[in-house]
Amino acid sequence: MSRVLAPLGIVCTLVGAWELAARWDLLAGALNIEPFLIPAPSEIATALWEDRELLAADAWVTLGEVVLGFGLAAVAGVLFAVPLHLSRPLRQALYPLLVASQTVPIIVVAPILVVWFGFGIGPKLAIIALICFFPITVNTLDGLRSVDPDLAKMMRTLDASRWQLFRRVEAPTALPYFFSGAKIAVAVAVIGAVFGEWSGSDSGLGHLMLQASAQLLTARLFAAVVILSAFAIGLFWLLSALEHKVAWWGPRAT
Amino acid sequence: MSKFPEAPVVEPQPFSASRPDTGRRIAGGGAAVAIDGLRHSYGDLEVIARLDLAVRPREVVGVLGPSGCGKSTLLELIAGLQEPEAGAIAVGGERAPAGRLAGCAYMPQRDLLLPWLTAIDNAALALRNQGRGRDDARRLAAPLFGRFGLEGFERSRPRELSSGMRQCVAFLRTLLAAKPVLLLDEPFGALDAITRGEMQEWVAGALDFEPRTVVLVTHDVEEALYLCDRVLVLCARPARVVAELVTPAPRAAPRMAAVTSPEFSADRERALRALLEGAR
Repeated sequence: MSRVLAPLGIVCTLVGAWELAARWDLLAGALNIEPFLIPAPSEIATALWEDRELLAADAWVTLGEVVLGFGLAAVAGVLFAVPLHLSRPLRQALYPLLVASQTVPIIVVAPILVVWFGFGIGPKLAIIALICFFPITVNTLDGLRSVDPDLAKMMRTLDASRWQLFRRVEAPTALPYFFSGAKIAVAVAVIGAVFGEWSGSDSGLGHLMLQASAQLLTARLFAAVVILSAFAIGLFWLLSALEHKVAWWGPRAT
Repeated sequence: MSKFPEAPVVEPQPFSASRPDTGRRIAGGGAAVAIDGLRHSYGDLEVIARLDLAVRPREVVGVLGPSGCGKSTLLELIAGLQEPEAGAIAVGGERAPAGRLAGCAYMPQRDLLLPWLTAIDNAALALRNQGRGRDDARRLAAPLFGRFGLEGFERSRPRELSSGMRQCVAFLRTLLAAKPVLLLDEPFGALDAITRGEMQEWVAGALDFEPRTVVLVTHDVEEALYLCDRVLVLCARPARVVAELVTPAPRAAPRMAAVTSPEFSADRERALRALLEGAR
């Protein structure tokens, strides 16, 4: 129970403080800007309700991009990690490339991807997958490599083939690690989707935020942020629940 | 005298016809494990100076030595997981690493049970690797659980078992591999003294019931003298044999009486003296 109450209490206190500060124009005064630029939580809630149809339409688009992009990255991450684990030369050759892929400045590359793939879902998926791919691959690879060497020796004297060692020992050992990577990835996937939409898009919460920002509709902008946070938290929670179900032997499970 | 009077359920012979028939060749006579002029080093570090050893079929041989004297290396060399620098090793007449691997089952100090499998699936791991289906493997493993005091724990997860029971399951896993030679690497080193004593008695009963050729590596003098027909004492690195003891009544029951007898005490003293001298 306290697991729910503690974060809820903190959120309520912060939102309450924000509400009061916005109502009394404390924040606007401190920043020396117009009070309407800083919406109170109650105004954001009102925007969430009144613009619900507008927000929902864009939210569905963004959620679709996040789920698809993340799914692509999860599949690609595993398909990348397994050969890298099995072949030492491949690992030595490709691991630096894997790390280098993360130094690509997404914000700069995103417009180029739009030029390449057009205005559709393509560039968004590419950006999300590019961001999510790294934590999933690195964690899965670490998991595959974390198998106790004594266990591998024992499996060999128990007549295990290379494939059996992988299937019976290495893959189950790596599964909780995969979930660790996936949980990191799903949280940043949401940011990736917004970047993608900023670079060129006619729908999605990122597109909506750009428009709201241009029209100084700050309450609507924050409403979109609230929805994005809810997506990240919800997807993270879903992954945690799935992990608990299919990889319960991981280090976090007790 | 045996707690397990019935016939063995697992014949120490390979299941599949495609495997080299190491088991039968051993039963035919000659040494189950033959080591001749073995020497081994890791780089500049000489681990085993010289070792000759012939283990008869169904003999339990203990290898006693100070920590870090190359005992575990010896087991890996026998099992074909490593190749010696010099000398020859044969398991059931097989000299090639693959042939040695086919004849040996290795039990490490930690139980290394797979947490995602039940106790019986852990024990039946080798049967699954040898190509049996899950139900088939479980059916073969189940009688051993009943016979060796693990009845009712077949479906338990490793973390639900006591450390002693986990070690029992690990031993059954080694036994169910149906290899003629068992290589035990300080199998009870991680247990407390009382559980260790119980486990030794349990293994003595299990070996009476399922006789195998065993090479047991330990630094516990009492364990080696109680469980083994013959005990080799190694000196500190580089290892060589400094003493050899033939025990008068290995695996006698009850263990308490056996390990407190005057003969046992005399053997223990000899072994300890040899260990002390070898450690210098």
